[in-house]
Amino acid sequence: MTLLRRGRWITGIALLLLGGMYVRALVFTPEERLQGLAQKIYYVHVPSAWSAMLAMGMVGLASILFLFLKDARYDRFASASAEVGTAFSLVMLTTGPLWARPIWGTWWTWDARLTLTLMLFFLFIGYQVLRGAVTDPGLRARYAAVVGICGLVLLPFIHLSVYLFRTLHPMPIVLKPGKPSLPGSMLETLLLSFGVFTLLYVGFVMQRYAIGERSHDA
Amino acid sequence: MGELVRHAWLVARKDLHLEFRSRTAITSALVFTALVLVVFEHGRDPTAVATIDLAPSILWVTFSFAGMLTLNRAFNAELENQALDGLLLAPISRTSLFLGKLVANLAFVAVVQVTGLLLFTLFFNVPVWKVWAPLVSVMILATVGFIAVGTLFSAMVVRTRFAELMLPVLLLPFLLPPLIAAVEVTAKLFAGRPLSEVAGWLRLLAAYDVAFVSLATLLFPATVTE
Repeated sequence: MTLLRRGRWITGIALLLLGGMYVRALVFTPEERLQGLAQKIYYVHVPSAWSAMLAMGMVGLASILFLFLKDARYDRFASASAEVGTAFSLVMLTTGPLWARPIWGTWWTWDARLTLTLMLFFLFIGYQVLRGAVTDPGLRARYAAVVGICGLVLLPFIHLSVYLFRTLHPMPIVLKPGKPSLPGSMLETLLLSFGVFTLLYVGFVMQRYAIGERSHDA
Repeated sequence: MGELVRHAWLVARKDLHLEFRSRTAITSALVFTALVLVVFEHGRDPTAVATIDLAPSILWVTFSFAGMLTLNRAFNAELENQALDGLLLAPISRTSLFLGKLVANLAFVAVVQVTGLLLFTLFFNVPVWKVWAPLVSVMILATVGFIAVGTLFSAMVVRTRFAELMLPVLLLPFLLPPLIAAVEVTAKLFAGRPLSEVAGWLRLLAAYDVAFVSLATLLFPATVTE
């Protein structure tokens, strides 16, 4: 079976599981007492943020490997991972405000985590704009790897700086929920959704990588 | 080590010499800085917002835009007559080439920032002289790491399409941590608070500088190796 087909199968299975996960989340998982149905978006939002972070980590890792080993496959993998990561961060950035509007009373706030994820999105975009702007494949791979590694190092700094910023100036209107001690069934659903989204990431990246291989061979 | 420093200095001196002779980039950067400051002055309602509240943002937005524009200069000049190939063939290490470019960029940005600060004092009537020593230290701390990443990226983007547009897109996320820290510290300084209140920010800036100057130095050879 080709990589593309395997990727399709995995994505298909992950999508089915996603459907099942949502049935579980809507029907069999208790409603949150204060947030009501709005809280259900949590099972998409949090795992897609996880997948986006995973994607960025993988881009950084593949970039390091590429610079050391000069193997074009790592570059193609980084490219695939970045594209999939962009999609996941877009999901995260749309589901976030949808939830925040009824719960926080505002679409957006400059909380540490929000700023971090927005910057993650910008990094993905910048990475891909750069890839699009270099015609020579060898040059493109090296440039992209440099940006990928820098991006990975940057993320903790952004998080730390915004975190410091907001702890010095707390915003009392916007309640930032503390770490909720989830009841068992909610936690299980969440963990399940993490698994499903990781599988989705794997499936998407496999397909995208296979397409990259094809255009490389052509 | 001695060789490295000497070669880096040669590269930096060449760049600064070139700039001193033509003065195109520095003049544009200075005029741009002055213009941004003027635009800021007219873009606010002086009866509604006190200058002192806006001052840190005005100062740092001006510095970041000016810094970003000047970064394109470093490797743009090397494109003509394939000067970059000549530099790469020269018997100097890639690291000293990068450090030389970085030093030249820093000197260049320092001139723009000092002039910008003077104009800012003149236009906005903020008592900068009372805190000049800590303010200059923060300017140095916040600029070094950011310019290091900028120098690294500018070596790449000169060989891409839309180079002038590409650099800000890539660089702005990297500007964020030093910018936030610098604005916070500057605001405290203008408010007459002691530096001990912003120790966390200063540590963050120092860590950023160390991390990104070393990372950029390590990664630079990958951007120019043929």
